[in-house]
Parts: sequence; C-alpha cells; structure tokens
Amino acid sequence: MSTTTPTITPPVPSKRRIPKLSINFRQYGILAALAVIVILFQIMTNGRLLLPGNVNNLIQQNAYVLILAIGMVIVIIAGHIDLSVGSVVAMVGAVAAISMNSWGFPWWAAVLLSLVVGAVVGAWQGFWVAYVGIPAFIVTLAGMLIFRGLTLVLLTGGTISGLPAEFTAIGAGWLPAWFGEVAGRDVLTLVLGILTVVVLLAQGLRSRATLRKLDLPREPMVSFWIKNGIAAIAILAFTWLLSDYSGTPIILIILAVLILLYTFLLNRSVFGRHVYAMGGNLFAAVMSGVKTKRVNFLIFVNMGILAGLAGVVSTARAGGAVASAGQNYELDAIAAVFIGGAAVQGGVGTVVGAVIGGLVMGVLNMGLSILSVDAAWQMAIKGFVLLLAVAFDIFNKRRAGGR
Amino acid sequence: MSIQDSVQQHDVILRMNDIVKDFSGVKALDGVSISVRRGEVHAICGENGAGKSTLMKVLSGVYPTGSFGGSIEFEGHEVAFRGINDSEHEGIVIIHQELALSPYLSIAENIFLGNELSTRGVIDWNKTNREAALLLARVGLDENPATKILELGVGKQQLVEIAKALSKRVKLLILDEPTAALNDEDSAHLLSLIDHLRMQGITCIIISHKLKEIKRIADTVTVIRDGKTIETIPMDGPDATEAHIIRAMVGRDLNSLFPPRDSNIGEEVLRVEDWTVYHPVDTSRLVVDGASFTVRAGEIVGFAGLMGAGRTELAMSIFGRSYGTNISGRIFKNGVEIQNRTVDEAIHNGFAYATEDRKKYGLNLIGDIQVNVSAAALGKLAKGGVVDSHREYKVADSYREKMNIKAPSVASITGKLSGGNQQKVVLSKWIFAGPDVLILDEPTRGIDVGAKYEIYGIINELAAQGKAVVVISSELPELLGLADRIYAISEGKLTGEVSRENASQETLMQYMTAGKD
Repeated sequence: MSTTTPTITPPVPSKRRIPKLSINFRQYGILAALAVIVILFQIMTNGRLLLPGNVNNLIQQNAYVLILAIGMVIVIIAGHIDLSVGSVVAMVGAVAAISMNSWGFPWWAAVLLSLVVGAVVGAWQGFWVAYVGIPAFIVTLAGMLIFRGLTLVLLTGGTISGLPAEFTAIGAGWLPAWFGEVAGRDVLTLVLGILTVVVLLAQGLRSRATLRKLDLPREPMVSFWIKNGIAAIAILAFTWLLSDYSGTPIILIILAVLILLYTFLLNRSVFGRHVYAMGGNLFAAVMSGVKTKRVNFLIFVNMGILAGLAGVVSTARAGGAVASAGQNYELDAIAAVFIGGAAVQGGVGTVVGAVIGGLVMGVLNMGLSILSVDAAWQMAIKGFVLLLAVAFDIFNKRRAGGR
Repeated sequence: MSIQDSVQQHDVILRMNDIVKDFSGVKALDGVSISVRRGEVHAICGENGAGKSTLMKVLSGVYPTGSFGGSIEFEGHEVAFRGINDSEHEGIVIIHQELALSPYLSIAENIFLGNELSTRGVIDWNKTNREAALLLARVGLDENPATKILELGVGKQQLVEIAKALSKRVKLLILDEPTAALNDEDSAHLLSLIDHLRMQGITCIIISHKLKEIKRIADTVTVIRDGKTIETIPMDGPDATEAHIIRAMVGRDLNSLFPPRDSNIGEEVLRVEDWTVYHPVDTSRLVVDGASFTVRAGEIVGFAGLMGAGRTELAMSIFGRSYGTNISGRIFKNGVEIQNRTVDEAIHNGFAYATEDRKKYGLNLIGDIQVNVSAAALGKLAKGGVVDSHREYKVADSYREKMNIKAPSVASITGKLSGGNQQKVVLSKWIFAGPDVLILDEPTRGIDVGAKYEIYGIINELAAQGKAVVVISSELPELLGLADRIYAISEGKLTGEVSRENASQETLMQYMTAGKD
C-alpha cells in the first residue's frame, strides 16, 4: 500500500489527559479466590458452610487471626517479622484472667491492663529491633520463648476459668437486640448492614466528587458501580445471615473499627507512608529524613497492643486462660498476610488484603471441619494454599514485569 | 596493505542480522544489525533505553533463541543459544554492569565458580590457586588469589571478572559500561588491559556512554537509537568525531554540551569550617581532614576528587551525619551556626542531598513517582499527621511536567524508568523539599547525553533561583562547564580552590592528586 489509511481520531475533549487508574489485580485476585473457596465449600458441604451459625462462628473464631494480621501486615511491610505474637496472646490472656480472678479487677480494667502489657512487650521488642539493631527475627524468636515461659510461670496453678460475663462477651457475645426482632431476625443487625451500605456508597460518591472537582484521575463510573454493587450485596447478605442467628457479634464491631482505622493509618498518615517507604528502600528512607528508628519502635509497640487485644479476644472466646493458648497464632497471622498479597522483601501489602487472607484461611478451616477432614490433613491443605497463593503472586509479577 | 591484512579486515567473528525483540508489544529492538570483526574493540553506544543491553542479552542467550526475531552468526555459523551456558560454551562472555562476584569467597574461588578444577568431584586447590594466579597476572592484578572479594575495590573486582572470563577461553568479551563505577585511574588501567587483550586476539564489545573512552579504545562504533542501528563508524575514518557520534545518538545537534547561564551570585549561604570526619568502622582513619569551604546564593560550587578522596563522605557527614564518626567542625548558614545532627534536622535546616547511588540511596524503586517525589517533605503535604493525597498528586504531576519526566503518569513505578528520568524524580523530591543548599553527588552518572543536558538546565535553574548548589563530580569537563568555583579534594583534604576562569583539567588534576606519591 502506498497510501496510509487515515485513522479516525476521536474528538479530543480537551488537552488534559486523565491517566487510567491501574487496577490492583492482586487484591481482586485474592478476593476472587475467597469467593471461589466460599462457593466451592458451599457446594461441597451441601449448603452447610453458609448456615447462619457458621457465618457467625467464622467471625468469632477467626477474630484473633484478623487482629494479629492487621498488626503483622505493618510489621511485614516494614521488612520485619514477628514470631512472638502467639506467646504474647497467651501471656496477656493469663495476666487478664489473673487480674480479674485474683486481684479483683473489673472487666474493663483487665482489658486496659492487657493492652498496656501488650504495649510494654512491644516496646521491649521494639527497643531491641530499632535501637540496638538486632534483626526482628531473632528478637521475636527470643520473645516467643520468653513470653511462653512467663505464661507457664503465671499459670502454674493450671487453667484459670470462670471469667466475668462482660469479659467473655468481647469474644463470644453479641450486641443486645435493641430494636427487637422481626420474624426471628435481629433488627439492629439489619439496620447496621443497611447503614454500612449507605455510608459506603455515600463515601465513594463523595470522594469521586472531590476528585472531579480537583480534576484528578478517577476510576470509570461502570467499574465503580460494579465494585460497590458487589460489596453492597455481600454486606447485606452477610448481615441477613447474622440476623438469623444471634445478631451482631461484638467482635465484628471491633474488627470493623480496626480495619477502617488501620487502612486509614497506612494509606493516609505520615506514619503509614514512612512504613511503606522503609519497606521499599530503607536507605532511601533514611536519606529522605525518615526517623526510621522511631518508626520501627512504634511498629512493634503497635503490634504488641494488637497482640494484647488478640489475647483479650481469644481468652474471652475460650472463657479462660490456658498456658497452651495462642499456639501457632503467629504462623496463622503471617500466612494471612502473605496470602493477602504482601511481599516477603517488604514494601508491599494492605490491611484489607491481610484480612481477606485471614478469611481465606478461616473459610478453609471451617469448610474442612464441616466435611470432617482430619486435622492433620487440614494443616497440610492450608500449607498448600499458602504456597499456591505466593507462587501465584510471583508468577503474576513475572508476567507483568516482562523483563 | 598486505594480503594477510585484507583477510583480517574481512574476518567477521560475529554478525547479528535484523534482530527484533519486543516486550508485550513494545519494541525494544526493531531490526538491529551489527557485525564485529575478529580482534577489534567494537563500541556500542546509544542513549539509555536505546536497546544496547537488550541486544547483549539476546547475544548472550539470556533471552533464549525463539524469543526474538533475526539471526546470529558466530565464527561463520548460525548459532541458537538456549541459555547463557550455550553462549559461554562458544566463547562469548558478558560482564554486566553490576558485578556478579560472591563477596565472601576468594578471588580464585570466584574465578572458577561453576567451573571448578576438580578430579572426581574433589576440588584441586593447588591447581585452582596456581591457575588463578596466572590469570591475575594476565589482567595485571597483583593480589593473592586467596584474598576475599570483599577486600577488593570495584576496580579490582572488575579485573577479577575479566580474569574469570579469560578462564573460560573467551573469544568474544562483552563489557557493559565497564568504567561506570571506576575512578579515572582504574578506568585507565582497564582500558589498557582491553588494549592488551586485543593484542592477544580477543574480540571485545564495549558498551559505553563515555565518548572520550570510546575514542581512546574503540576501532569501530555502532550507534543504536530507538532499537535501530543508526550508523557504524570506523574510528580511523573522518566521521569519528564526538559531535558526529552525539548527533547519531540523540538524533539532533547539541549546540553545546552545557546550556548557557549567567551567574548572579549573592550573599554567602553556607560556610563549613574545619570539618573533620573519621571512618565509621576503622575509627582511627581520617576520611575528611579539616575541610573549610563556602557557598554563596546563586552559586554553583564544584567538588572535584578522585574516587575515595572523601567527596561523598564530606557531603554525607554534613547532611545529618549520615556517614562517619567523631565528626567535628562548624556549619554556618546565613552566618548563623547550625547543627545537622540527623537527616531530618538537616532537611529542616534547608539542606538537600541527592545521593551518588540513586538506586540504593535515592529512590523507593517499587514505589511510584508520586510517593518518591513527596518522600522527603511529606510533612508539607500533611495536616495533623494525615497526608493530603490529592495535593500530593498535583504536586507530583506538576513536577512530572516541569521536569519533563517521561512516564505516562505519576503512578508509574520508578524502578521501571530510565536513569535520566529516575534522576529527575530524585531532583523533584529535593526541590519540593524547598532547600536553600543543594548538594548533588554525581548528578549525571549513568545518564545519557540528552538527559544530561536537561539535568544541567535544572541545576542552572536552581542556581538562578538563588539556591546555593554544590555539585560533586568525577567528570572534570562537567564541573568546568557548570561550576562558578571548584574545590579540589584529595585524601580528605581540600587541596585547592579555583574559579571557573582559572580552572582547567590539568590544574584540577594536579590538586586532586596532591599529596599522593
């Protein structure tokens, strides 16, 4: 051909280009994986997986992993690891139980004490990691032994049970039915579900409006509605199921607050941005004036507080403190974070991803239990899932990276 | 010309025909052809991103046969490498820019790594060390083969790499920017070694930005631009001028290498007095010895020194004591004494330091442009510890436009940008931090000619805004082209101070080597 074919140029709207927002496939990938696993087990268990009681248990049984995973994702983004959280959970549980049963602390004071103990433990480990410069792997491996040992010392009298009802409600209770019941369903739960959806949509539309006003790139309308539509349906279905059981677990409220708070903290706060900067390139962060020691210290203090909270929750759920509590919790939390898309080298990861990763593990546990798969096999299967998730991640990156 | 000569003239060892390689639709190589004669030093030059490294990866089998178009003929027959082992088997060895030596192993172990001299699986250490010593002698490296790599400087490590290549009976040696990390002395040694190898009949392909070096060493130059061969120039021909090569590389004339500038120098901004720094590990070793200097507003001050002279150490120790121990001396800004105890404090005092190694110290390579631009001044974008991401985007985007950073948006990952664009991101970061004193350490290292010119323009612009600018560089022409005043540093001491009018490469070099035997 000697002449060039004229190409049809669409009318140029204006000189401003709005760059396409890159979609985080990794995040959606893990969400899709969660959906597939839920549907798979729903079919395999003949619909038993999503019975209201099981949905409720999914939250209450896995709350501790989710709480730990939120702290752990920050630790891992910064390029560290924390192996001690399981032992910290056990020790905090012991302290809480002793404070209530032996020292006569009211439940709220015991909770407060637990968080303080967690913070002190975090400060201890943070000191060694940040200011002395010992790798977190070593410091927290030592912590794992130290705090497990201290737990055994504290619980020489054996298991402590018979905790106040207000305390156990944190892990195993529900919000009271303030609005009564309609057709056997808790109205408060349904109201909360609808409220959440309304707030979600309002918030999404508001931030779109701000972006439009400031002339910043924003995602296409269609994808916005599809995404939020699916989220809305999922939330409504979820609360519909919960309302049929005992209503809204108290721990669900705590989790929701934590997820919102920490997502905000990581994405929007200077602290969170410094965590990502340090994980991405520690030297560059130092040379940009980031106070890396202080940030490292705070990361571990925060992990300690969240481990303390997880200790409260799991002790409350179990109804008592045992020396063997929290066994392997650190591994569950670490697995959740990596399934949720965090990178081993640091610099990458999200709170929402870690929570979804935790839920993937939780659904697997529950589905396999309903199918009465042997506990030994459950463990092996979870191991495979972790390996596959990370392998999938690496495969994806290689394909996207090209060279 | 004798018959033998003319045969040699036409003895082509390597011919790459019409090589095409694309990465998911983006053509990195678009029909590159090159032919290399036996025994010559063949330089390949081109801007960053022109496709030089991709071409060498195609040649060495990093990209296996079938993953690219075109054909390769080596030693007269067509070859199809499935991996780097295949190409090494044929005698093609590539030495990458980032050296691939194991720091905790000895020189001898590194030379024979993967190629151990053994009988029935047991390593013959005597033979290994003896052979290694012979190879070290060939490359002119006077070291014990049992010395560990981490005890050697970069220049010597490069020689070990070449010794390793020689151990593989190399016929075609490819060197990717071999002198990028070397000082002038080591570079000179390396170039004479390449001369020496040429005499032994080893063909070399050398990838380089440095035109002086190419003129000194190469027999032929092939210029690549946008994945295409632009021109092959014999260096004994009439076209072998710097101007001609630059024009071929950038596709346009560069009127001069430096943009014009009228300096408008004001009051003194920075004064450093008697600055002394000791080595962080070997605390008895003086690294900077009583350095005193001044920089005025709107002035560009150059620091010239050989590698290891203490230039970077001086800058880093002033910038929040990020290097060294037992630091003493005084810093005055606008006549008032200040303390830069931490990097954070230095930034608050209006200092900025763009590091020499931007990949290691300058950028979060997995982060996008936006995150990197705001990294040193997040506080400016935050209220109550919360970052205003909308404003952050606008700031980053404005720098992308102003600095002409070639990327589709500020959401592009900095690790995927070219060296020049990465450096522009680093400069954006520091300019956004709003400093009064900017210290730029090797601002154009590893950057192609076109981007260099742009960076010089940015530096001039900063001076025009009345900032005090310090440029550290090992390229003397760069300092002579940019700076109003140049300090020479040697063995930690400031050995000379020359104004632009009185400066020449010769005088500077004299100061830079002062005190050396």
